[in-house]
Amino acid sequence: MKKTCTVNIRPLTRVEGHGNIRIKIKNGKLQEAEWSVVETPRFFEAILRGKKWDNAPWITGRICGICSIGHTLASIRAVENAFGIVPDEQTRKLRLLLKHMETLQSHTLHLCFLVMPDFMNTGSVFPLIKSHGDVVLRAAKIKKLANDVCDCIGGRRLHPTRTVVGGFTMLPEKRQLHEFSERLKEITEDLMILSDLIREFTLPDFERETEFVSLKGENDYPFIGGDLVSSDGVHMKEQDYKKMTNEYIVKGSTSKWCRLSRGSFAVGALARLNNNFDFLNPAAREVAASFDLKPVNHNPFMNNIAQLVECVHVVKESVSLIDELLDSEFGEPRQEVRPRKGVGIAAVEVPRGILYHCYRFDDKGNITKCDCVIPTGQNHANIQHDLEALAEEYAAKGKDDRELELLAAMLVRAYDPCISCSVH
Amino acid sequence: MAESRTRTYLGVPMYRPRVAFFEFSSCEGCQLQILNNESTLLDFLSLVEVVNFREAMTEQSEDYEIAFVEGSITRDDEIKRLKRIRKNAKTLVAMGSCACFGGVNQLKNRFRNPAGVKREVYGAHPVDSGPVRAVEDVVGVDLRIYGCPVSKDEVEKMVLHIAIGKSIVVPKYPVCMECKRNENICLFEFGEPCLGPVTRAGCDSWCPSNRAGCWGCRGPAEDVNLRQMIRIMEEHGFSEETITDRLECFGGFLSLMKPERGKGG
Repeated sequence: MKKTCTVNIRPLTRVEGHGNIRIKIKNGKLQEAEWSVVETPRFFEAILRGKKWDNAPWITGRICGICSIGHTLASIRAVENAFGIVPDEQTRKLRLLLKHMETLQSHTLHLCFLVMPDFMNTGSVFPLIKSHGDVVLRAAKIKKLANDVCDCIGGRRLHPTRTVVGGFTMLPEKRQLHEFSERLKEITEDLMILSDLIREFTLPDFERETEFVSLKGENDYPFIGGDLVSSDGVHMKEQDYKKMTNEYIVKGSTSKWCRLSRGSFAVGALARLNNNFDFLNPAAREVAASFDLKPVNHNPFMNNIAQLVECVHVVKESVSLIDELLDSEFGEPRQEVRPRKGVGIAAVEVPRGILYHCYRFDDKGNITKCDCVIPTGQNHANIQHDLEALAEEYAAKGKDDRELELLAAMLVRAYDPCISCSVH
Repeated sequence: MAESRTRTYLGVPMYRPRVAFFEFSSCEGCQLQILNNESTLLDFLSLVEVVNFREAMTEQSEDYEIAFVEGSITRDDEIKRLKRIRKNAKTLVAMGSCACFGGVNQLKNRFRNPAGVKREVYGAHPVDSGPVRAVEDVVGVDLRIYGCPVSKDEVEKMVLHIAIGKSIVVPKYPVCMECKRNENICLFEFGEPCLGPVTRAGCDSWCPSNRAGCWGCRGPAEDVNLRQMIRIMEEHGFSEETITDRLECFGGFLSLMKPERGKGG
């Protein structure tokens, strides 16, 4: 049993962006545990100042290379809210379907390409191509379908082209939607086979009570717009996002941190699931039950499982959405935009948690102020507190450096952090 | 090891280069495009040996031949890291608009007061960040892959050409040519601004084919007549502000635009 150990990860791998982990344990006592964000800032909020409204979704979508669709949709919603544009049913459904497919591709990338190597004792997915070819191909098949749908509806899987304020530049063809529906039905089986495999993994047994923040479902599992809720009982309107996030600056971090009722809170798949479990599709709830995952779960490693549950949910819901779209007559792809003075705020659940965009416009529709609050930025404080608790727990138990290093990396990775996005 | 690095094609040994991926100030989307083309991913991975890819793998090595560099350069630690990569790599590829021109990040350079930019985001808190620079402003670049994002097909084609020793040809003509070939209705007819007539082709008119006007993410085609392009856009009723928004968005046209630049305060 080793009572003194040091972990120094610079930078953490298999995550988006640059963050470091440092842990020092001496004689069984924790001296230091630090999660630091060293990513270079890109100043998107300043860049947007003085730009016309139509630049907003195009430029802010580029905050993130994984959830560019989520950013684009949040940006569009904020502009539409400012200009008093209400999207029609067709646009709402197509946007939700696009959103679902981004969730599916992002969760699959994280679970199968970034997290799975930890449970199979490899440094990356690349050796798994030989040793577990069937698993990699299955994951690639799911990811490909999700990306193909994004190409079709959004025009492009990364930095979408068809998504605009007022609707879409072009609509998909119905025969394409029909084909996707068939492929989605097939993929449910692939997700079940992946679930069976993931059930064999032993997730670290670690819990720390925290607050979970997400959109509040009214009749459905929420993704685009609506009220904000926390597991500590806070309930606010979308427009009051600043009071829900309370951003502050931390020394040594280029990302801002957030807090609400206590020292930190968590957003993401686990937060959504904890706050809106009853709205999950029954098939998704069944998968959750098979992992003994029910609200409120306080094990951060279970975020991986919550992502798997959400994959099943979005696939099932997308099949229904496509059915509804196929049954309806397609109308005009977009409505006219009339800029006006005002403020627009949007909250959208993107793969890593709740995302806020806010713009203030002058009467010509030029942006005078921009604010984006990113899911990973909201998670940083919670990651820090988890890391301290985890290190404390294992300091007492006595782990060797390698073991603690892996656990600490897996903990941060479980949040699926999007670090360059959080700094933006 | 040596065995894993040689493949044969018609009995002739084929070179399997050791490649590394690095990211600087960016969204890391161009790297993700590598993992995004699922149907050809396994073939691509058999063509090269990936020894550095922080976003996807834990192992790291300094022994590589081709370095793909994504992102723009904004801080001294980035300059240091980039120079080290340049020293290690035989071929350094600038991948994507941020690496080639500074990308959307360079839009912050349009403000005359850099302290104001920092204050807008961080208030009085001190933050280390300099002007946004393209990779070639710091080290020599051997090849460029244009686009925001890059197209995976183009990345794969480039790597294949390096592996089989074939020369790499980037189109000199504009996106407009590809757009016509794709039989699209001209976006000017829909009242949509578009830089297709002056932007370097190679994306197969990705945006215009989706009825979204081109924002020039691949930079200028060769011998473009920007003045004439601006006149045509003005004739179609597009404002100077709209034209500037497009031309300055990714940084590729800056050298042609000066001194009109710097409208931000």
